[in-house]
Amino acid sequence: MLAISDGSRLTSRRWRPRESSGRLTVLLFFLPPALVLFSLFVVMPVGEAAWYSLFNWNGFGSPTKWVGLDNYRFVLENKAFFTAIRNNLLIIAASLLLQLPLALVLAIMLADRFRGAVSLRMVFFMPYILAEIATGLIFSFVYDGNYGLLAGIYRWFGAGDAPHLLANQATAFPAILVVIIWKYFGFHMMLYIAALQSMDRNIVEAARIDGASRWQELRYVVIPTLYPTIRLSVFFAVVGSLQLFDLIMPLTGGGPADSSHTMVSFLYNFGVTRMRVGFGSAVGVILFLVCVTFALTYKRWFMRND
Amino acid sequence: MIDRSESARFYEGGFGVAAFAKVVFLGMVAVFVLTPLLATALGGFKSLGELRVNPFGLPNQWEWEHYANILGSTRYWRLLLNSTIVATLTVALTLVVASMAAFVFAHVKFFGSAMLLNYLTLGLLFPAATAILPLFIKVRDLGLLDTYFGVILPQVAFSLAMSVLLLRRFFKDLPDELLEAALVDGCSYSNFFRYVTLPLSGPILATVGTITFVHSWNAYLIPLIMLNSDSLYPWPLGVMVYQGEYSTEWHLVLAFITLTILPTILLFLFAQKYIVAGLTAGAVKG
Repeated sequence: MLAISDGSRLTSRRWRPRESSGRLTVLLFFLPPALVLFSLFVVMPVGEAAWYSLFNWNGFGSPTKWVGLDNYRFVLENKAFFTAIRNNLLIIAASLLLQLPLALVLAIMLADRFRGAVSLRMVFFMPYILAEIATGLIFSFVYDGNYGLLAGIYRWFGAGDAPHLLANQATAFPAILVVIIWKYFGFHMMLYIAALQSMDRNIVEAARIDGASRWQELRYVVIPTLYPTIRLSVFFAVVGSLQLFDLIMPLTGGGPADSSHTMVSFLYNFGVTRMRVGFGSAVGVILFLVCVTFALTYKRWFMRND
Repeated sequence: MIDRSESARFYEGGFGVAAFAKVVFLGMVAVFVLTPLLATALGGFKSLGELRVNPFGLPNQWEWEHYANILGSTRYWRLLLNSTIVATLTVALTLVVASMAAFVFAHVKFFGSAMLLNYLTLGLLFPAATAILPLFIKVRDLGLLDTYFGVILPQVAFSLAMSVLLLRRFFKDLPDELLEAALVDGCSYSNFFRYVTLPLSGPILATVGTITFVHSWNAYLIPLIMLNSDSLYPWPLGVMVYQGEYSTEWHLVLAFITLTILPTILLFLFAQKYIVAGLTAGAVKG
């Protein structure tokens, strides 16, 4: 019996040489580390969030106090949550209406080589690699009403005492939007520059020979070839807005009066710091659904051909 | 090869009003970007009193001791050491784990391969913040709370999706004949991975390594939740604590911020081409 099975294995080995090359070994040893780590720390927590969100739980022991969908109701009844959603939408609006056009204009100006072009690109890109925490702290200095740069500008013009922008509900979030543009426009600019440099310049030249004006050339030749990149950059702007957290903490911490939260800082402030696991998980689940719905629909509708 | 940038420019300047407007515009944006950074670095050289009346200009009196005191403190070096340990281990683990998985997805056909790859791709759809509370409880139950690995393992897990996709695409683009020839000659898959795939994959490993390193070096949320001891804090947490302690003494805070972002800026100046290419290409292809 043994001999036969050994023999058959030998023949099969001869006929399928790949088995002897350790294909199975690779499969059994190379794949599991990634799958285990990913399942344990990425996928399972999402499932657990859905489960925990049905309990009133402080994180100790095991969840026993079943409350059904009450946590979701509490989230949706919380005014600060809607302020947070509004703020996330404001970030997206500022990205689309201010940041992306700025990035596009700068990319068109800096895509060609000339003295200083490369250095300027690097200067504009630099904020992107700085930590959001450091950026937030730098701008809390900029906006500081006593010692900051804004206060300096006010004194310069003899306008009297500077306003404390971050301490005022009406101005705190617009001030944060400026920081977001400062930090991220260079990244989008680089995406456009990369696309422009890989573009076939002959069509630009052809348009010029055909007598297109500068504006027509940009409008009908250059920008249309950038559409895939623009769609990508819109995608990053939205995803970035949905996960924005680090910048908020050093600038306002979500205040004053919870007026400058994003969804993630809301989750942190109301769920994590108070260890309300059920409530925080409910916010997490909502955020998860928003992210996944957006990513999938956007990819299906706008990035099908890219 | 014709230098195409010499023909058909996107933006023809000339010497007219348009060119002048362009220079002014670029200059304004550069001032907008650089002023906060320069004012921060210079602020660390001023006394608090001078900062109040002169936040923009050069210091009247250069006070080196703020910087010197921080550089002489173990606190500063401890933060950088912690960040270095966490970021280095995160990058190393990500590269090992992701490249092994990517190799299987690229070269080994097996039932369920496409499904498992789609499963990993799920990780691109949502940020770590969505499940941060269960993640905290998981790390606590594993006994990893307040350890380096409590930060490293979740960071690796969240960088896997993009890393595997980028690496797999690169591995697949290597010529098939290499693998076929190696297998015929009796080379095993694992030796092929070690002696052929990895040595040929320098550029993509550098790209993935750069992305992972920058994210880990700058990370705030996961360390904030997983760590309790000051002695383990990476620099973004440490600089927040420092700002909390010296909140009214801006000159000290500014010096501290400057010194903590200095490594990033130096790295950027020395490896800028690499970093830009890595971060933008990584984003586009991922």
